Amino acid sequence: MSGEILNDVSTGFDFHLTENQKMIADMIRKFGKEEILPHLMHWDEEQIFPVDLFRKMGELGLMGVLVPQEYGGAGLTYTEYVTVISEIGKMCGAIGLSVAAHNSLCTGHILQFGNEEQKRKYLPKLATGQWIGAWGLTEANTGSDAMRMKCVARKEGDYWIINGTKNWITHGISGDVVVVLVRTGELLDSHGITAFIVERGTPGFRAGKKENKLGMRASETAELIFENCKVHESQIIGQPGEGFIQAMKVLDGGRISIAALSLGIAKGALEASVKYAKERHQFGQPIANFQAIAFKLADMATEVEAAELLTFKAADLKNKEEKVTRHSAFAKYYASEVAVKVSTEAVQIFGGYGYTKDFPVEKYYRDSKLCTIGEGTSEIQKLVIARDILK
Amino acid sequence: MLYLHSFEIMKILVPISNVPDTTSKISFTDNDTRFNGQGITWIVNPYDEWYALVRALELKESGKADKVTIIHVGLSDSEPTIRKGLALGADDAVRINAESSDSLYVAYQIADYAKNNSYELILTGKESIQYNGSAVGSMIAALLDYPFLSQASFLDLNGTTLTLHVETEGGIKVVEGQAPAVVSCAKGMAEQRIPNMRGIMAARTKPLQTLDPKPFRQNVKVRNFGLNPGRSECKLFTEDQLDKLVEALHKEAKVI
Ligand SMILES: Cc1cc2nc3c(=O)[nH]c(=O)nc-3n(C[C@H](O)[C@H](O)[C@H](O)COP(=O)(O)OP(=O)(O)OC[C@H]3O[C@@H](n4cnc5c(N)ncnc54)[C@H](O)[C@@H]3O)c2cc1C
Repeated sequence: MSGEILNDVSTGFDFHLTENQKMIADMIRKFGKEEILPHLMHWDEEQIFPVDLFRKMGELGLMGVLVPQEYGGAGLTYTEYVTVISEIGKMCGAIGLSVAAHNSLCTGHILQFGNEEQKRKYLPKLATGQWIGAWGLTEANTGSDAMRMKCVARKEGDYWIINGTKNWITHGISGDVVVVLVRTGELLDSHGITAFIVERGTPGFRAGKKENKLGMRASETAELIFENCKVHESQIIGQPGEGFIQAMKVLDGGRISIAALSLGIAKGALEASVKYAKERHQFGQPIANFQAIAFKLADMATEVEAAELLTFKAADLKNKEEKVTRHSAFAKYYASEVAVKVSTEAVQIFGGYGYTKDFPVEKYYRDSKLCTIGEGTSEIQKLVIARDILK
Repeated sequence: MLYLHSFEIMKILVPISNVPDTTSKISFTDNDTRFNGQGITWIVNPYDEWYALVRALELKESGKADKVTIIHVGLSDSEPTIRKGLALGADDAVRINAESSDSLYVAYQIADYAKNNSYELILTGKESIQYNGSAVGSMIAALLDYPFLSQASFLDLNGTTLTLHVETEGGIKVVEGQAPAVVSCAKGMAEQRIPNMRGIMAARTKPLQTLDPKPFRQNVKVRNFGLNPGRSECKLFTEDQLDKLVEALHKEAKVI
């Protein structure tokens, strides 16, 4: 009997992709060729969030990558998860962002902190893409400074009454279920925030305005409005007051998602640039022959490689359940800046064509910018890193 | 009605070959005697995967067959490709540990396994995309004394009765046969499938058995490989050079 897999357990440094990662990447490329690439510019132009696509990705297991099989997920590790998000991001950043938000924020929060009953109730639906998940922390006036949130809940018997709004919420309209972080205690008390699971259709909960964005346009971003929304206490994740600490841990993992997404966008822009530089002729030769262009490509390739190593390192630490705050911030900060830089250079290499929607790099350029903002801006990542190395 | 057929269970054997991805850059090493596998992505031969294997899985899913086994004659470096087939849904796999480019040798190993393990239906791709020999399927049939039903674009199974379509120039031939049989599968028989994450995970724990080859002569081996000469430069003629165009088509391109 042979066929055992040698690259299963990482011992020390192993920079090779596992056979699983290769198969997953191959599966996503085949799927994307049929289901994503032909439509992505249409979705982008019209700001269409393609719900059906997410159901299909659910059937493939892409909507519950980290969810154990007993809850209907794929039961894989962060290593494969990085492959999933970056391969999707390489084709379309917006779809990558939505898959990331669904997996690591909403589903991830319930998976990490939900009780058995909540996990049994929500994870199978989320992991198979039957339901789409949203996660609400940010408000109009509190982004980086989430602790000052204004959305509140007060207790009434066995119920809690939620009032307030959340903004910039991925899947704010189409999400079937949302994990929302709400103030239940004093302002600025890190134990004064609670996480609730609220289902679509709960009276007093509705979606508000959809944002009209620069990039990531196929990923729906919208407002959540709570007006005397009555939620049973069994919908609280963990204990009242634990929400903020939970959210910070969810974001520690979430940053690996955005790093992977950034990596995908950067790789997509780099691959398109290498191909174009060899094909485009000026002054009687391919523009790749000009050192000015070749050196740009060399820089881009080097940075993409470094971003990849940081991202897989953070994923590896997370798999080993080690503290990942600093390393996920390293990865998110660096990879997102690389995505912006590489896609900016890609537009430059494409010249005028790069400035049009007939070529893929203008979309990478627009999509990439979200990566230095969402799930903690680059400045906030530096704050996290500095705090960690100085303590 | 209780359907009785002569076999207790219908097992399907699908031989697969391990071939370079269609977009691969082809080159050779060791004085052009070996294919250069450096940097090549290996895949399941598309005819074996998309048509033979997927149709075998469909037959199993619809209750018309009980088990689907993949078989491959090759060395251990082809195991990732075998697992791709397992990820799609095959129940188990067998690898005959031998390197060979002799079709009869390969066919002998597969036929021998099929006979000893009572596989009654063998589905092959119509050809492999690296050597395009189309030989192994018919050789297996001959070695087993099974009928060989070639290039089917449709296959159904009712008990042991096989119904298949063979596309001919501008028409279609509907053929009926009885298992045991070997069928070579062509385009149209099934739709390409994408494995899901569960399939990929399950592939790791499905049985992949390695067997030593049975002794058999190897009469044929590839002496060396060569590439086609590349396409020559495009020649342009202006409207008033019709004569020259005709001449070039006749004398240089030799197409008229
Ligand atoms: C497409 C998209 C999807 C999103 N999806 C979600 C979602 O699903 N759920 C969710 O909860 N949120 C979501 N967000 C919100 C996102 O997380 C916030 O936009 C982000 O955290 C930044 O907050 P802000 O926009 O309020 O910027 P602000 O916090 O107002 O920051 C403005 C600028 O000030 C800088 N700054 C702020 N504080 C400091 C400081 N202390 N030191 C140095 N610089 C500082 C920032 O780095 C930034 O450059 C999404 C946003 C977008 C654009």
